[in-house]
Amino acid sequence: MNRRALRKVKNGVFLLLSLIATLTGLACLAAILWTLVSHGVAGMSWHLFTQMTPPPGGHGGLLNALYGSAVMTLLGILIGSPIGVLAGTYLAEYGRKSRLSTVIRFINDVLLSAPSIIIGLFVYEFVVVRMGHFSAIAGALALAILAIPVTLRTTEDMLNLVPIGMKDSSAALGAYPWRTTLSVLYPAARSGIVTGLLLAIARISGETAPLLFTALNNQFWSTQLNAPMANLPVVIFQFALSPYKDWQDLAWAGALIITLTILTLSISARVLLALLQAERGSGR
Amino acid sequence: MAIIDPRHAAKQLIYERVFRSATLSAAVLVLLILGGVAVSLARGAWPALSHFGLRFVTREIWNPVTDEYGALAPIYGTVVTSVIAMLLAVPAGFGIALFLTELCPPLIKRPIGVAVELLAAVPSIIFGIWGLFVLAPVLQRHVQPWLIAHLGHIPWVGNLFKGPPFGIGILTAGVVLAIMVLPFIAATMRDVFDTVPPMLKESGYGLGATTWEVMWNVVVPHSRVGIVGGIMLGLGRALGETMAVTFVIGNAHRISSSLLAPGTTISSAIANEFTEAVGDLYTSSLIALGLLLFLITFTVIAAAQAMLRRLERRTGSAA
Repeated sequence: MNRRALRKVKNGVFLLLSLIATLTGLACLAAILWTLVSHGVAGMSWHLFTQMTPPPGGHGGLLNALYGSAVMTLLGILIGSPIGVLAGTYLAEYGRKSRLSTVIRFINDVLLSAPSIIIGLFVYEFVVVRMGHFSAIAGALALAILAIPVTLRTTEDMLNLVPIGMKDSSAALGAYPWRTTLSVLYPAARSGIVTGLLLAIARISGETAPLLFTALNNQFWSTQLNAPMANLPVVIFQFALSPYKDWQDLAWAGALIITLTILTLSISARVLLALLQAERGSGR
Repeated sequence: MAIIDPRHAAKQLIYERVFRSATLSAAVLVLLILGGVAVSLARGAWPALSHFGLRFVTREIWNPVTDEYGALAPIYGTVVTSVIAMLLAVPAGFGIALFLTELCPPLIKRPIGVAVELLAAVPSIIFGIWGLFVLAPVLQRHVQPWLIAHLGHIPWVGNLFKGPPFGIGILTAGVVLAIMVLPFIAATMRDVFDTVPPMLKESGYGLGATTWEVMWNVVVPHSRVGIVGGIMLGLGRALGETMAVTFVIGNAHRISSSLLAPGTTISSAIANEFTEAVGDLYTSSLIALGLLLFLITFTVIAAAQAMLRRLERRTGSAA
C-alpha cells in the first residue's frame, strides 16, 4: 500500500472511531432514559402523590419526599441565588478588574466542581453539630451553597453581555451604579439570570450526597424545618438498595420523576438562552 | 443646578453605598465558604489525625470494633476508579469532540451537543441506580467472564482480572464514572477545539492534510493546555463523585489486586458510614477522609482552572 492510501485508511479509521464514540455516548443517554421509563412507569400511580413513604413491604407513595425535596430546593434557591446574583453583580460591575475579583472568580469555579459530599460534611460540622440534630434547614443550607456558584457564574456572564451603551446612557442621566444595575442592567439581563436560576434548581434538586447527613430522611409527613425531612434523592437511595419489591418500584418511580424534572429544567434553560441569543442577534 | 435636591442626592449616595457593600459582602462570602469548608474539615478531622498521625494514610485497616482506622483502601479505590474512568472517558470524549467540531453535519450538531450536555445534567444517583440494576448485571454476565478467560492468565496483568465476576466492584465503578464524566470532557474539549482559528485548519487542509492529520497536527497542539485542563476537570469530578460509586463499588475496606473485586472509595465510605458512625474517633476518621478528598480535588480542580484560564487569556489576546 502506498503512503497516500495509508493516510486515507488511517483517517477513515480514526473518524470511524470518533463516530463510534459519539454513538456510544448517545446510546448511554438513551439506555438510561429507557431504563428509567420502563422501570418507572410500573410504579407510576396517583398514590405516589397522595400517600406517604411506606414501611417495608407496605404500599405507599412519595408525597412526603416530594414535599421535602420541593421545600428544601426552594429554600436553597431562595437563600443561595440572591447571594450568587449579588456576588456576580460585584464581579461584573464594581470589581471588574480588581485582584479580589480574580481570586473570587477562581474560587467560585473551584466551588462549582467541588464534590458535593464535602459541602455536606461542612454543613454537618457547621450546623448539624451545633444544633445537635439533623434538620431540613441544614439540608437547605447545603443546597444553597451548591446553588451560589452556578448563579454567580451566569449572572456575571449575562451582565457582561449587556451593551455598554445602555450603561453609559444611564450614567449620563446621572444615575448611580445601583440605580443603573437595578433599572437597566437587571431588566436587560433578565432571561439570562433566570437561566442561571433554572440551572441552579436543576443542579441542586437531584443532589443526594449533601443531604445524607444534613436533612437525613423522615419516614413521616413533616413540615418542620427544625427536624429531619424526607427528600426524594435520599429516599431513592434507601429504597433502591433495599430488598423489598415495593420499595424498589417506588425508587424507580422517584428516579423517573426527578430525571424528567431536571431534564425539563435544563432544556427550558437552554431554550431561554437560545431565544436570548436570537433576540440579540436580530437587535444588532 | 437648582433642580437637584441635595437631600435626594445624599440619599442616592447612601443607597449606592448600601448596594455596593451588599454585592461586595456576597462576593466575599464565596471566599468565606471555601475557607469555612477547609477550617471545619480540619477541625473535625483533628482527633483522628492526631491519634493516628501519618499512619492514618498508610494503613489499610478499617475496624470500627477496635477503633482502628486507616485511609489506604479508600484512597486506593478513589485513585483506581478514577484512573479507569479517565482511561475510558478521555479517548471517547476526544472522539465526541472531534465528531462535533469536524465531522458532524451542521443540522444535527446542536441536537447532539445538547444531548451530550443533558447526559451531564442527569443526577449522579440516577447513574448509581442504573449502574447497579442494568450495567452491573451486563458486565457480570458478558464482559467480566471474557476478561477473566482471556486476560486472567497473562502474567502480571492477569492479576487485575482474577476472581469471580461479582458484577459490582472497582471496575464497574470505574465504568459508571467514565460515563458520568464523559459529557464534561467532551463539552470542554469541543469548546477548546472551537477556539482554534479556522485559518490554521484551512491552511492544513490547503496543504492536502486529511481531517485526522489536521486534528492531530494542528488542532491538538494548538489547544493542548485546554485539553489537559478539560481532562483534569473531569478527573476532579471523578475523584469526588459519590452516589454513583456508592451503588456499585461493593463497600469493602480492603485492597484487592483484582479490579473485579469489591472495594471502597473515600466518598462512598463517607456516604455509607457517616450516619451510622458511633464514637468520636470513627466520625472524626470519616471527616479526615473528607479532608483528604477536599485537598486532592481542590488541587486537581485548581490546576485545571489555571490551565483553562491560561488558554482563555492566550486566545483572548490573540483575537
